[in-house]
Amino acid sequence: MEIPYTVEVRPDTGLSNGKFGVWLFLASEVMLFAALFSSYILLRVGSVEWPHGYEELSVPMAFVNTVVLITSSVTMVMAWASLKMNDFGKFRLYLGATILLSFVFLIIKYFEYAHHLHAGEGPWYNTYYAIYFTITGLHGLHIIGGIVVNAYLWGPGAKMWKTAKEQFTNRIEIAGLYWHFVDLVWIFLFPVLYLL
Amino acid sequence: MDAHSVDDIKKSVRTYMMIFGALMVLTIITVGVSYIHLPVAAAVTVALIVATIKGSLVAMYFMHLLHERKVIYWVLVLTVIFFIFMMFVPLLTNSDKIPGTTPGVIW
Repeated sequence: MEIPYTVEVRPDTGLSNGKFGVWLFLASEVMLFAALFSSYILLRVGSVEWPHGYEELSVPMAFVNTVVLITSSVTMVMAWASLKMNDFGKFRLYLGATILLSFVFLIIKYFEYAHHLHAGEGPWYNTYYAIYFTITGLHGLHIIGGIVVNAYLWGPGAKMWKTAKEQFTNRIEIAGLYWHFVDLVWIFLFPVLYLL
Repeated sequence: MDAHSVDDIKKSVRTYMMIFGALMVLTIITVGVSYIHLPVAAAVTVALIVATIKGSLVAMYFMHLLHERKVIYWVLVLTVIFFIFMMFVPLLTNSDKIPGTTPGVIW
């Protein structure tokens, strides 16, 4: 059975089904993170004392991770642009760079987590660390999800380029939407948890 | 391929690079401001304004929201309404203290 509206747009939405579906998914993701940000505000506003993020966490590490994630967003959009310009070689290069940068992000996060856990500052330590590990942990899981999808599209999934170029380009655009969202969440997480 | 011509895409690539530069500068500004140690209310305001600008750049250019269909704008408008509601609910609970208990401090 052929999946409808993978390339051509639906007359009622003006979009391909995949793209519309991902935007709806991202809307639900906004609410997921909103619930956690909302919890953060509730806990912070209701507490008698709250530590400054820059005194507890490593700002330089988080700064590097911000640069890494923003750069990965650029390489992701460049991967899509390369397909639009019919340059599969460059697509592979840019998507590969995106995956590599995702791993760099996770490795830096690992060192950050390890430092705090060795110091006994796990999620059980206080409310600040509980919300820090919860939100960054959920964000980290999103990074892992993005790596799985992007690795598939870089490897076995890339076969589609030979048979259905436009559909494959749409898949990369859709994967990109998700990846940029993950970057966008971090853009807010960074100042909220590390700098305030 | 769709209506995007190769020239259009090349033009977009230049825009992506400019946005990349802007995001880096804004990230440096965010970190720089944190070292000034402003009062918390001012620090929150500055940090959220800069983060909102950065987030908007990502959404508008990398996620192509500048040239998107109306149905996506409507989905996002609805999401923003619910998002704002969810952000303000905790503040309402904070203003509804139980008499005789230790009040929390704002910031």
